[in-house]
Parts: sequence; structure tokens; C-alpha cells
Amino acid sequence: MWYFVSPQVVFGEGALDALDEIQGERALIVTDATLVELGLVERVVSHLKRAGIEAHIFAEVEPDPSVPTVKKGAEVAREVEPDWIVGLGGGSAMDAAKAVWILYERPDLEPAEINPFVPLGLRQKARLITVPTTSGTGAEVTWAIVLTDPVEQRKMGLGNRENVADIAVVDPVMAAGMPPRLTADTGLDALTHAVEGFTCTWHTDLTDGLCLQAARIVFQYLPRAVEDGSDMEARERMHNAATCAGLGFGNSMASIAHAMGHVLGAVFHVPHGRAVGLFLPYTVEFVAREAPDRFAELARLLGLTDGEGEPAARALAQGLRDLIRRIGNPLSLAEAGIDRESFDGQLDKLVDDAFNDTQMVTVARSPSYDELRQLFICAYEGRVVNF
Amino acid sequence: MAIKFPSDEWIKELSRLLNESEAYERSAKDWEGDFIFIVEPDEAYPETAYLFLGLYHGKSPDAAMVASPDEREAEFVISAPFSTWRQVIEGKLDPIQGMMTRKLKLKGNMMKIMRYPKAAKEIVSCCAKIPTDFGD
Repeated sequence: MWYFVSPQVVFGEGALDALDEIQGERALIVTDATLVELGLVERVVSHLKRAGIEAHIFAEVEPDPSVPTVKKGAEVAREVEPDWIVGLGGGSAMDAAKAVWILYERPDLEPAEINPFVPLGLRQKARLITVPTTSGTGAEVTWAIVLTDPVEQRKMGLGNRENVADIAVVDPVMAAGMPPRLTADTGLDALTHAVEGFTCTWHTDLTDGLCLQAARIVFQYLPRAVEDGSDMEARERMHNAATCAGLGFGNSMASIAHAMGHVLGAVFHVPHGRAVGLFLPYTVEFVAREAPDRFAELARLLGLTDGEGEPAARALAQGLRDLIRRIGNPLSLAEAGIDRESFDGQLDKLVDDAFNDTQMVTVARSPSYDELRQLFICAYEGRVVNF
Repeated sequence: MAIKFPSDEWIKELSRLLNESEAYERSAKDWEGDFIFIVEPDEAYPETAYLFLGLYHGKSPDAAMVASPDEREAEFVISAPFSTWRQVIEGKLDPIQGMMTRKLKLKGNMMKIMRYPKAAKEIVSCCAKIPTDFGD
């Protein structure tokens, strides 16, 4: 027994027009200051106005949103009393919007108490719309929320099926202005969702197709989107791929590359997509030593090999490395700009926190503490994993 | 020789395997909180059984089958029918998915458990290592 949850997804060019038909009185847009400056918030506000909805803006979400930020956002929501919360931005803004919504509806909860095991009773005061402005996070269709505890420098994986958005508006025009580096990083996030959603132990028949198609699109269109940001066909396909991957991994799970990426982001502030994408070839090689079949199947379906077993899984790892190199992203932590002394000084924390990350439970080959340590070192030095 | 589930011998074997597990010790090094597992009757097993598992700082200092849940104090209580426990022990049901779908019912602070998902996985891995007699 398992579940598949999804918002109503409005996608493609012109999808923002769907906001003109929303019924309600007040909306609180949860976003960041950059998107206000870029005029993307104003676009959404103008659509909401056409629907007769008064829009208020909370634009204080930072990258890797923190617990204090979402608590502040919830206070604003209690003042505004919106009947819609709109999460507008990348994963940080949309995750923050989910948390603000929950805390607005359930002021008795602490953010750390948001878990999938208890009913939340949402939708008494408001509903949630998500509008992604990057093509990668999938947060527009997932119920996962990642918040950072600034005291412990630790990311917390939270969420409940109830807090999936009611409507996701996936309009490629909102992502058209992404610079190449952000396009590359977020595109690798989508690819990592697709690969891990397909290969983790919680994958299902309902999620496999979404993950596979997302991976296909990313391999084909991410280089184009990075090389020419005005290529709207590539932009639209990548925007769709991110949502497909979000539906795929959001209804299965991510896995070890995300566990490692979360702690790298928390400690060294490497952008999420860059971090998880960097780790992915190494984790594929590690897991495939004992459990190669899902990786091999994905490699064959992507046309990277016609082989089987571990060699086919290694073809997937090589295909990932080739793509990462082609779009100009780092293939090692050293290339990502982390100096060796800092890495060695934080290695114990990286291993400790990754070892107990929630995404670690779905890996088909569970690493020992020492194996995980070696994985981090391989990823630092750019060495192929052979253990 | 297979060990009957549920039984005092079975839960003590789980405790012994946890004490041998480096992965468990690492992942639960700060953990404090004992469990009672309630095995509820179903068509495959007609009785109710209570298994106490003491867990402290990466080790399992104590384990026993008890006559009632009041016999030992525990911070966490997980209950499920016999056949559901069997699925968990045989690796057919991930315990976290089991709790998310309410097939396994937890009393206790889930927030605390979610900080130690790897430890939960290691406990299940140790369960799977016990040659178990389900009375077939």
C-alpha cells in the first residue's frame, strides 16, 4: 500500500493565466527579494488582481530557508489572513511557503513537528498555489519541506502529504531569465530527483515512468538550456522535466546523493542542485557494486548502453559525468572550490549528518560509516568509486 | 535453529545483534528511549504479545517479553498485527512506510525518531538476520 499525491498542475506557456480564475479575497505571496526586483512577483500580482484578489508579499525568504524565517512569515499570514498562500520562486521559497501555510493553519505546531505520521487538518484557513521560477526543485508538486536549523547548521527534512499544493502553475516564462549557472545547477537537481526516484527502494510503478521521462528530457535539453537561455523549447521542456521528476521522486523518495548533498549545503553552502548532482555519479557507482539492476535498467532506457549489471550501471555514472562536464559544473568537491583543510575539518560532521539524513533510508546499498567517509573523500578528489 | 516470534528468546536475540552492530552503534550513539512492540492478534496468531527493547546510546542494555505494557516503562510503543510485524521482519514492509500508512501505529515522539532514520533501518536489518519461526 502506498500513495500518489499531486496538485492540479497547470503547465506550458500561458499557464499563469490560470491565476485569473482563482476564487478568493486575499493572497500572501511567499518569495524572495530578488524575484521582486526581477518583476516576477509583479507578474503574479497582476494575475491575482484580475481575479479580484488582494495580494500581500512576504519577500524575506533566503536560500536554504531557516526556521526563524518561516515563523516570521506565519506571523505575517496571521495578520493578513489570506485564503491563498502563493509559494513563488525556487525550492527555498516554495518550501518556505509550505511551512508558512502550515504554521498559519496550525499555530500550535513547531516547524520540527511537521512530519508525515500525523494528520495536520490543513485547508481550514487557506490553500496553496506554487509557481516555480527555476526548473529543478520539483517543490511545486512535492510535499517535502527542507528547512535549516541555523544553530545546529543542519537541514531538517519535514513535510506531510497534506501540505502538497492545491495548484501548481508551471509556466516556462517564469524560468526564462535564469542565468546559465542557475540553469545548470537546478537542471542537475531535476536529474538527481529522476535518477534517485527511479532507483531508490521506494520506487513504484506509478513513479518510474515520470522519473524516466524526466531523465530523458534533462539529458537532451539541459545542455541547450544552459548554452542558450533564449531557447524557449529547451526552457519549456526543462520546466516540464523538473515537475515530472518532482512527481516521481516526491511519490517515491530521493536517496543517498541527496543525503550527502543536504549536509554539504548546510556546511559549505554549495547550491543544492550543484551538490546533489556532483555526488550522483559516485553514489551510483557505490550502490551499483551490490545492487546494479535499477541503474542498469535506467542506463539502457536512456540509451547509454545495451549492457547489464554493474558495467551498465557504470555507463550511467559515466553518462552523468559527461553531462555534468558538458554544462560546466564541477565533478569534485575540490573543483567546487572547497579547500582541503576545510573539508578535512568538517568531514566527521559531514559523515555524521549524512548517515542520519532521512534520505539515507531508501538506498539499495546501505553504506557503513567508513564507506560513507570514503565516498565523501572520493567525491572530494574526483576518484571513481571501486568499493 | 529458527527462533519463535514473538518470544523472549527472539527479542533477546535482536538485542544481542544490535549490540554487535557497528552501524547501529554509530547511528544511535545519542539515542535514549526504550520501546515496547505490541504484537496484536490476527488470523495467523491468536494472542497479544509485548516485547520490550531497551535502547541507550547505541547499545541495547536490556530486552524481554513482558506480560503487559505496564510491566516496563517505555518512551515509545509501536503496535501492529502479527502479520504486519512479519512483513517488517522479512523486509517486505519498510517500517517508516508502515508508520506513514498507519499499518504500524506509534505512540511517542515521532519527531525524535525521525532524527534517527538510519538507526531505525539498522534495527530492521538486525531483525532480518534472526532466523525466525513464524509458526507456519
